[in-house]
Amino acid sequence: MKLFRFRGGIHPPTRKELSADAAIETMPLPERLYIPMQQHIGVPAEPAVKIGQHVLKGQLLARASGALSAPIHAPTSGWVRAVTDFTAPHPSGLPILTVVLEPDGKDEWDEFPLPKDPFEMPPELIAERVAAAGIVGMGGATFPTAVKLSGATNKHIHTLLINGGECEPYLTCDDRLMRERAAEVIDGVRLILHGIRWGRAIIAIEDNKSAALAAMGEAAKGYGQLEVVAVPTLYPMGSEKQLIKTVTGLEVPAGGLAAQVGVLVQNVATAYAVHEAIRYGRPLVRRIVTVSGGAVRDRRNLEVPIGTLVDDLLRHCGYVGEPERLLMGGPMMGTVLPHAMVPIVKGSNGVLALSKPELPEGSASPCIRCGSCVRVCPVGLMPLELMKRAQNNDLDGAVDYGLSDCLSCGTCAYVCPAHLPLTHYFNYAKGELAARAQQKRKTDYTKQLVQARQARLEREAQAKAEAAAKRKAERAAKKAQEAEA
Amino acid sequence: MTTPISGPHYHGQRSVRGIMAQVMLALVPATVFALWQFGWPAVFLFLLTLGSAVFTEALSLRLADKPLRPFLLDGSGLLTAWLLALSLPPWAPWWIGVVGGAFAIVLGKQVFGGIGQNLFNPAMLARVALLISFPVAMTRWTVPQPLFSAGAPGIVESLRITFGGGADIDTLSGATVLGHSKTELTRGVGLDVSLADVYAPLDHLLGLSAGSLGETSALLLLLGGLFLLARRIITWQIPVAMLGTVALLAGVMHLIDPLRYADPLLHVLAGGMMLGAFFIATDPVTSPSSGLGQLVFGAGCGVLIYVIRTWGGFPEGLAFAVLIMNAATPLIDHYLRPRVYGRNRRGTPLTYAPEQLGREKE
Amino acid sequence: MFAAILSLTVLGLALGWLLGLAARRFKVEVDPRVAQVEALMPGSQCGQCGFPGCSPAALAVVNGEAPLTLCPPGGKALVESLAATLGVSVDTSGMQDGGPQLARVDETICIGCIKCLRTCPTDAIVGAPKQIHVVMERACTGCGACIEICPTGALALVEEAPTLRTWRWAKPELVAA
Repeated sequence: MKLFRFRGGIHPPTRKELSADAAIETMPLPERLYIPMQQHIGVPAEPAVKIGQHVLKGQLLARASGALSAPIHAPTSGWVRAVTDFTAPHPSGLPILTVVLEPDGKDEWDEFPLPKDPFEMPPELIAERVAAAGIVGMGGATFPTAVKLSGATNKHIHTLLINGGECEPYLTCDDRLMRERAAEVIDGVRLILHGIRWGRAIIAIEDNKSAALAAMGEAAKGYGQLEVVAVPTLYPMGSEKQLIKTVTGLEVPAGGLAAQVGVLVQNVATAYAVHEAIRYGRPLVRRIVTVSGGAVRDRRNLEVPIGTLVDDLLRHCGYVGEPERLLMGGPMMGTVLPHAMVPIVKGSNGVLALSKPELPEGSASPCIRCGSCVRVCPVGLMPLELMKRAQNNDLDGAVDYGLSDCLSCGTCAYVCPAHLPLTHYFNYAKGELAARAQQKRKTDYTKQLVQARQARLEREAQAKAEAAAKRKAERAAKKAQEAEA
Repeated sequence: MTTPISGPHYHGQRSVRGIMAQVMLALVPATVFALWQFGWPAVFLFLLTLGSAVFTEALSLRLADKPLRPFLLDGSGLLTAWLLALSLPPWAPWWIGVVGGAFAIVLGKQVFGGIGQNLFNPAMLARVALLISFPVAMTRWTVPQPLFSAGAPGIVESLRITFGGGADIDTLSGATVLGHSKTELTRGVGLDVSLADVYAPLDHLLGLSAGSLGETSALLLLLGGLFLLARRIITWQIPVAMLGTVALLAGVMHLIDPLRYADPLLHVLAGGMMLGAFFIATDPVTSPSSGLGQLVFGAGCGVLIYVIRTWGGFPEGLAFAVLIMNAATPLIDHYLRPRVYGRNRRGTPLTYAPEQLGREKE
Repeated sequence: MFAAILSLTVLGLALGWLLGLAARRFKVEVDPRVAQVEALMPGSQCGQCGFPGCSPAALAVVNGEAPLTLCPPGGKALVESLAATLGVSVDTSGMQDGGPQLARVDETICIGCIKCLRTCPTDAIVGAPKQIHVVMERACTGCGACIEICPTGALALVEEAPTLRTWRWAKPELVAA
């Protein structure tokens, strides 16, 4: 198959050897599970349980609210102990509404009606069931999968692209999943294909995962509409846009969606979740998480119930010394955690406890305009110019230099010899841009309110005047009557 | 809680200091060879220039209340002085090196705000300032007198050359090939005659001819440049565009009139072409950062060098060419940006025709 | 010599005439920027800037009689858009932008006098006589008009606490720039 080259990219040390050989193990149930009510892009889910209530594994904990949302289910059987604010797995350390579940230890599944042959099902039912199972993009983007699927049936999708890139260093959860559960993943891919009613799927895997390539190739045999493709190991291959370019040669138009070029991208772990949901009716209540980093004793790939604390995972794997930094996700695009007392969510593909020597050292020095960032940027931006504008709070200038096209992939900051926090600047500028838009909305809203109020005051004044005039007229009429009489 | 740090939490091996060190490493063979060629006076001048630069840099940093260590140790000041020293006549008096080094650092770099902020290449700025201020001292060339060879000055004699009244220049002077041919041309002497006794391509390649320290061994400089290319410290665009443009122009003009216009080989090997193409024009701070911009920049340098060499008042145009193109760098960077993913060259989002997406199927 | 003087004189006269013509032809009666600036402002006429309303404030800003940072409800975002509209540069780094401020009713002091209800320029306070009033955060601009009118001091401006939705990355701190 002919592949295309996206511009830029880097080859950071993968450090996947730390955990690549560790087979998937099941994480024992912790004492408490903390299940945040928002684990997806969109509107938070609404709790549907009462405190003290007993729930079975897979039972609904929270309903999706609105079209862009996803329901949340109980990761194990047990009692709801609280519905309260709890620290979100987010750099800010701010709280989020969370259901606290105390496992009863039985881990008893709720009962689900099983379809006889899912391929006999009407395609739209697939999206419906995927929505009900609370499946979201598990590569980290956490976009509700069903929204993508039901959108895809209306559009002209020519390729279902299954993302097995896993280009982030350290992470091996997708690799292990493809190696150990290839048949299930392939089944999930076929079910998604059935759901979007049409045909071809390409499973793209970076060529440094030969075992996964072999296993997936074997599992895909006999299905003509499936093709397993080895793509070059090049960060950020796992980025949706870069993968689409590599496999199809097409570029997603700026500001647009993959569907515009006829491609639907799903992560391998998402495909696996679809398999579980359609074949067994099981909602998304657990996921595979890579626990790695220099401060972890036994680096593992664990199948973890959603809501398990990072602290539970790390203690299960054991520490070596004090971790210098805790990350959720990979070291390039993952987020820093305020502490270990935050839960695993649907989008958590890795927990990294990094030791000091693994972290970038050296403080930032002035830009020498070496242009390394320009050469490696997978989007074609000029990060040095962009940074200059972000630094000077020149947001319009930054937008002109492509701020909204930036993926925040961190490639520029990785190569910068001056150790400049380029990506941090872009995140800052994007935040300012969002704040500005928010302020604009508020100002517009305020104007509406002010106008409404003025209209109301005028109406009131008018009504008063009219009433007064009426009374006056009545009085005049009365007087006239009296005079006549 | 402290403010959270955004990703990436991962970094490559590169550092500013490492880049500067590798450029200096690439310069070592050519420099050592040139110092050997021109003997002790050249060594003294080289050290004086470097010393002056480091001293004035420390002074400037102190005045600007900036930390000394990180900025002195990044090696950028040293590299600037090194490149300047390579562009000076090897037997120039001590004050040329001292003034040049100080000028490069203070007016070429620190007044702009230090590393990364300067618009012009500091080494070339200093060279041009010296050339215009002290034209005589800056154009006294010496034929190579390798260390320990029969005619070479001893240490005492060398000290007198550098710090005293200078050498008995007349007996030792040797014109550069570019200078000589230019002078002769103005007298109406064609290249066939004027080049006969000064132009030997092999000598230029190896570095056995007169000229500044860094104008001598084209071969060693080329090797250094290739090293930098291999290490990805520099990109191919500027050197290729610059050398290619000069060769192309020289080739065309040579075909038109071989008596007036020297052949491409001479233009590429003589003067500061190799040093300029691989080490000076590629200075990251003052050259464009996109590939396309670098091509334009390199070609611009090439055209200007050729024009100045051929029709200008100076025999060598490298420094002027680089400075002029430096001034154009912000403009080039503004207009020649890479194409952004999902956009066309003009910046509007891409559109695909339905058949490009294979949409006939429904 | 004569030709040179003549040609320069003619050139000068011609260009001057052109300039004068242009000045008349493209004369602008009212500074259009006033309307632009007014459109940017919140329009709640809260008067925190010291001007009687947003329209006089806009005029003052355009005429350079008031700083761009005059409008507290508009915040940093307004300052930046004002600067962009007027084509001037402004340093917002010194501006303390602790996020928008919101009015909040202290339920223990509120006597339900409905004075604030009638004062609020955006109708952001709801309630009824003799009932505790509540500020609708979405509609409140933090203008502070209610605070002055409240007879019991039950209203106060509080900083809007950041949530996961409003949290933003801070600007990185660079030691050397």
